[in-house]
Amino acid sequence: MNLRRDVFQAIADPTRRAILLLVATQSMTAGAIASNFDTARPTVSKHLQILTECELLEQKQDGREIYYHLNPKKMKKVAEFIEPFRKMWDDRFNRLESVMKKYKTK
Amino acid sequence: MEQKTKIHAEDGKQEITITREFDLPVELVFKAYTEPELLEQWMGTKVLKLENKNHGSYAFETKNAEGKVVFKANGVIHETIPDQKITRTFEMENSPFEVQIEFLEFEKLTNDTSKLTIHTIYRSIPLRDQMLQLPFAKGINWAHNRLQDVASKLK
Repeated sequence: MNLRRDVFQAIADPTRRAILLLVATQSMTAGAIASNFDTARPTVSKHLQILTECELLEQKQDGREIYYHLNPKKMKKVAEFIEPFRKMWDDRFNRLESVMKKYKTK
Repeated sequence: MEQKTKIHAEDGKQEITITREFDLPVELVFKAYTEPELLEQWMGTKVLKLENKNHGSYAFETKNAEGKVVFKANGVIHETIPDQKITRTFEMENSPFEVQIEFLEFEKLTNDTSKLTIHTIYRSIPLRDQMLQLPFAKGINWAHNRLQDVASKLK
């Protein structure tokens, strides 16, 4: 399976990264996503299609609207998606360690 | 090399565990969590309030270079036992995330080393998964901004 390559291709594009950022906290319709960009609507649709094809995004039908949201299952399989969370805490705790080492020697 | 900070996040659960071993005595790690001026240094946020007592409350705020508030969080310290334990709630303001409960356990390993275990429980499984993905989403945005900065300097 070419998951890694597909994912990297998907996130290589700045607009697609911005789309992932938008839907990270809430599911949104294609229209709502497109309203955040100056890019033409069909271009945004193409990006959504790519992100959906590599399963980073999932579609959910709600009445007449289709909502896009991050696919947590797929995301979890890709270590990179949890690594920034770990890295954020690791950086914080490294700072804690150096702050307290300085404090100790005062 | 073994990672000093570990995240344990089981599939389909609304909780995570973060563990970290420090080259510091347990008293100093606890102090880093309870002295506002120390906490500010490593968390990179301003401490507006920090009452280290049972049923005390706390509030953090971070402003960007332009003075705009970019992060605001608050919570209640349910229980605190010096050098051992802090049980508290945490809520990011103006975000879709609901309040979470955190159990911080401080453990002495040797006189100079210690271990911190943070057990966090979220309102739901999707909320936990979103929280785990947040730094990824922010990270790609920051990376993108940095790329743009570099690119604009090349022009």
